[in-house]
Amino acid sequence: MNTATRAATLRDPAWAGRVWWCSVALVLLWPLAVATEFRPWVLFEPSNMKISARFIASFFPPVLNGEFLALVAREAWRTVAIATAGLSLALVLAIPLTLLSTSALSVSALSGRMAPGPFWFRQVLRWLLIVLRSVPELVWALVFVRVVGLGPTAGVLAIALTYGGMLGKVYGEILESGEAHPTQTLMRNGSGRLQALFYGLLPQNAAELSSYTVYRWECAIRSSVVLGFVGAGGLGQQLDNSMKMFNGGEVATMLLVFMALVALADRVSASLRKALG
Amino acid sequence: MALKPLTLTVAAGEQLAVIGPSGAGKTTLLQLLACALPPTQGEFMLDGAQPWSLPRSQLQALRGQLFLAPQVPPLPPRQRVVTAVLAGRLPAIGLWASVRSLFYPSDIPAAFDALERFDLADKLFERVDRLSGGERQRVGLARALLAPAKLWLIDEPLSALDPTRARQAIAALVEGARERGVTLVATLHQVDAALASFPRIVGLREGALAFDLPAAQVSRERLAALYAQFEHELHGAPAPEAAPAVAPQPAVMHCR
Repeated sequence: MNTATRAATLRDPAWAGRVWWCSVALVLLWPLAVATEFRPWVLFEPSNMKISARFIASFFPPVLNGEFLALVAREAWRTVAIATAGLSLALVLAIPLTLLSTSALSVSALSGRMAPGPFWFRQVLRWLLIVLRSVPELVWALVFVRVVGLGPTAGVLAIALTYGGMLGKVYGEILESGEAHPTQTLMRNGSGRLQALFYGLLPQNAAELSSYTVYRWECAIRSSVVLGFVGAGGLGQQLDNSMKMFNGGEVATMLLVFMALVALADRVSASLRKALG
Repeated sequence: MALKPLTLTVAAGEQLAVIGPSGAGKTTLLQLLACALPPTQGEFMLDGAQPWSLPRSQLQALRGQLFLAPQVPPLPPRQRVVTAVLAGRLPAIGLWASVRSLFYPSDIPAAFDALERFDLADKLFERVDRLSGGERQRVGLARALLAPAKLWLIDEPLSALDPTRARQAIAALVEGARERGVTLVATLHQVDAALASFPRIVGLREGALAFDLPAAQVSRERLAALYAQFEHELHGAPAPEAAPAVAPQPAVMHCR
């Protein structure tokens, strides 16, 4: 083999494609950066640096007097309650929708293609899940604040609807991504769908399902903060008040509480995974 | 298509072994008999009725009377052996009873007896993912002893077992089926075990019926013809199929 052909055969054939797709990505990103007015260097202009520094400096020292801490504790508890109640309602919505829409529990799909009736039934439920989760919880909260008035109920209902949609989708994906063989064998031998769920699907997916649920609980805590800004109660509402009063110390204290809550959720998720793994 | 047109009649209570080289359609035949796959053409009758003309719920009830044991034992990880074996009972019990059995196993003695037949009684409360391949396969077979089935369809029950365990497993299946009056159809790679334990032998090759004879009439010449070009499988060399090639699962990406 002469040197020229040798060099040709040793060239990576994927190289041209890689260059092409990188250029396509750059060409597509450019208008996006323009549309979003993405100019990060503005942050480092001296006048803006001064503003940022003043804002961050106002966080110190965090407010730690007894009266305020008691208020924060009460509101933090309310936030946890909103997130937990919202997630519980979301589960009430998501679990039946998952079981009805997942193809992992289809009896007609055992012998090839799913029958048209069950297929369209599952498809309609999937669309329902899309509707539920495509409306942001903030919008649901604004709707419910008008219906049930200011307070935590609006937050709970908003989280329940959006998170029901998300949980239903991801639960279904988790159940479908695992090994189908044990479940299918059970159903082929005449078990019912729910029996196959308990004896085939859950044993292998329980750890992932529960750790995802805890992660969503963590998200619900964060999201209840945003909902507090539109009057759904909890720490978010206090955070909004302190921000409006330019009271950086109070904001800092509440942010620390959030960090503690998220870290707690992380620990719970890790230990659940370990226990079920 | 894995099977060519063939006629096969199995009487109730009969025991027969299906042999043949890899790719002969043995597994497809079992799946057909188990109502797992519909026949693309021709007629399949079970107890004098056509199962695929039944409504889906009745077909599912009928499947409860059939027991198909796939070659790869269908055991989810993290499940305990006792639960995996008792899962054979599911078609016979209601949803409530099966959920209660997860809190406290409903019939531990039955699971113990079934496992003892396969010399696995000491693994009763182990987790299935802590067992060896051969132990897992025997757990899958022990499930048959608890199934409320009238027809057992056992696919390659010995593929992961050493000769001693294989003899024991085949004896447990044959005796278990006889005691219960169950019809037993097993596909086997081990021709000697098939000839020794089963009164009727069906030879399949390339999806067609090569012979259907009493075990005593299966001559060396017939076997040689059945396994032509697959002699290594006839002579007990480890068949390339013995370790079931599980197709790699496509990586699943989640959006969270």
